[in-house]
Amino acid sequence: MLGLTPRPPALKGRMPRTSLISYDRVRKTFPGPVVAVDDVSLAIAEGEFLAIVGGSGSGKTTLLRLTNRLIALDGGTIRIGGEDIAGLEPVALRRRIGTVFQNGALFPHMTVAANIGITPRLLGTPANEIAVRVDELLDLVQLDRKAYRDRLPDALSGGQRQRVGVARALAARPRIVLMDEPFGALDPLTRDALGRDYRALHDTLALTTLMITHDITEALLLADRIAVMRGGRLIAIGTPAELAASREPYVAELMTTPRRQAARLAALLPESGAA
Amino acid sequence: MNLLSDPRVDEALSHLADYLGSHLRVSIAALALGLVVSFPLALAARNSPSLRNLLLGLASVVQTVPGLALLALFYPLLLALAALSLRWFGLSFSAFGFLPAVLALALYSMLPVLRNTITGLNGVDASLIEAAKGVGMTERQALTMVELPLALPVIMAGIRTAAVWVIGTATLSTPIGQTSLGNYIFAGLQTQNWVLVVFGCVAAAVLALAVDQLLALIENGLRRRSRARIGIGTATIALMVGASLLPSLAGSSARYVIGAKTFTEQYVLAALLGERLQAAGLSATSRAGLGSSVIYEALKNGDIDAYVDYSGTLWANQAHHTEQLPRAALLDALKQDLARDKVTLLGELGFENAYALVMPRKTAETLGIRSIADLARHTREMSIAGDYEFFSRPEWAALRDAYGLAFRAQRQMQPDFMYAAVASGEVDVIAGYTSDGLIAKYDLVVLDDPRHAIPPYDAILLLAPKRSGDRALQDALRPLLGRIDIATMQQANLRASGSDAESSPQAVARWLWSRISK
Repeated sequence: MLGLTPRPPALKGRMPRTSLISYDRVRKTFPGPVVAVDDVSLAIAEGEFLAIVGGSGSGKTTLLRLTNRLIALDGGTIRIGGEDIAGLEPVALRRRIGTVFQNGALFPHMTVAANIGITPRLLGTPANEIAVRVDELLDLVQLDRKAYRDRLPDALSGGQRQRVGVARALAARPRIVLMDEPFGALDPLTRDALGRDYRALHDTLALTTLMITHDITEALLLADRIAVMRGGRLIAIGTPAELAASREPYVAELMTTPRRQAARLAALLPESGAA
Repeated sequence: MNLLSDPRVDEALSHLADYLGSHLRVSIAALALGLVVSFPLALAARNSPSLRNLLLGLASVVQTVPGLALLALFYPLLLALAALSLRWFGLSFSAFGFLPAVLALALYSMLPVLRNTITGLNGVDASLIEAAKGVGMTERQALTMVELPLALPVIMAGIRTAAVWVIGTATLSTPIGQTSLGNYIFAGLQTQNWVLVVFGCVAAAVLALAVDQLLALIENGLRRRSRARIGIGTATIALMVGASLLPSLAGSSARYVIGAKTFTEQYVLAALLGERLQAAGLSATSRAGLGSSVIYEALKNGDIDAYVDYSGTLWANQAHHTEQLPRAALLDALKQDLARDKVTLLGELGFENAYALVMPRKTAETLGIRSIADLARHTREMSIAGDYEFFSRPEWAALRDAYGLAFRAQRQMQPDFMYAAVASGEVDVIAGYTSDGLIAKYDLVVLDDPRHAIPPYDAILLLAPKRSGDRALQDALRPLLGRIDIATMQQANLRASGSDAESSPQAVARWLWSRISK
């Protein structure tokens, strides 16, 4: 298939035993009133890569922002490592969690090195240690140390910018990484390469990743499990195989889309061009 | 003509350290105060649309008030505050000069700083603020590390606009007693010394540009994290402020301050008073270009020590009398009014500078007009011009009612332009001043006032309350009393309205003394 990354066998197809992040009957209403997240319960295991898929307005981004307390929930509980996050200091919580933003969201007035080193700097890490860490991270995201360290974000391509975004999220060695449509605006080749590279990092660093995406193909290719949200509700969750067996009409439609697209592509492309 | 060898340039240069220093001091103080107030307000307003609208609305309203009016308004306001503070806390402060100028200019500087800070902060991409929080910044860190640096160019543009506005508007603080580069402009306008006017404008413009460029350097340094640029910019501004303090420290030793209003005769008389004090071994400095109502209050409060006013002006404007008295009776009554303020009326100089209706001699003869009563028959086809205050003064109402004057049109003009205007026929009649030398120069005639509608305007020498027992001062000035007749004053004023080296107030004052001391 289309370069599907192998997954650690321990997690494949099994329900997680110890959950690192758990959502219990979480609700969020915005003034309007609009119910953005409606009674969502789910658990993410340590080391798991979970993708949340849904259209715009499905509540997936709201669920992500609730997780690092960028917004406050109206009902239910979110626990990280068993601890209710309502009892944690939001700023300290965010420094423990790595976040990769849409389009990178790098600070345009800071160099690549300053962007990557920001969270360690906020944590009071000495400058020389930050410098060493920045170089390590540049290696990790496959950017040349010397060539990129002192560049400003404006001098980077979209893919390079998001590599820096990933490095910034990993700088303070978080166990959890939240990703908000991280590869959405990239061209297909860059997007595929970056997705695979990140999945490899997730595995080698034993991260727990929660990724938001509207693209079911991307979710299928990268994640261990996929949660489908619609109208603020969680309508399905499971491994790709489990979701493929779903009778829920929206999920069924979603799950057959990649294959239907592949069939149409196969019909369009000449035989010799097919892999 | 070689401009640099012009003696008027030498004269202008001799005041440069004082005027420029004072100008810089008041501008920087106002700008600093404006920033200290605006900046926290802008930060507070950035998350509150209602506060934001209120602040920007108020600042815009302030901006619509002309600079001169705003400065003038702060004087009575502070005067009232000073009186309250004295009554309640026993503390008095001077409502004259520096303080009202700084407050008014600071208020003036607020709009660009507020607007640009708010706009700059609102313009920061919301996703970057979210990212700032996401990477673990506190609200404060997000502000200082992300929002402010990104809004910096817009904020600095606001500060630079404010600096240029304040430095420009500070030239208007002369009439409320703050020495500034405006002293050149006001004095130059009054004595028709255009070299002085241009000199003042150019000096203010150069100062504004210099400060603007230094702020640009600091902005550049902040953006590139260049300590050198920030350091050079800040140090140069600090050095300028430091240098501006030097002349004031040296100059504060003058014991007596002579006041002058905003017209030629006043500049000449102030120079004459200063000259007499210096001749008696007393040090004196002058505060010229003061507004008519400011100058009396300044004397009453001891901000100035002496000046020349006119009996009719004080009678109507300060003592608020409406009845008309003969000359001697009015002076006696006025003396008592002044004593209530503990102001000493040292005596009369000997001439009168009254309002008078003036027209070209030829026209008057052709129409057979000798008095205002004759004029009244022709006013329906005529236009009249007066200075900025004449038509709102009680004298005008009295004249109009006494003779039934009804002019086709009335215009307000800069006093020194009126005479040329009436001579050229642009207006038919002007409300001029009897002691003005231009009456003779343009061959104009002063119309008789047979019904005595216009009160007497004897030039009188006034001393501040604290100088009531100052023998040295009074002995130095007494030789002037009763010595200056109207013809001499007219000649002096005519000389002062010229544009050569002999027309500076100091030179005319020396000429005047040589004439009257014989």
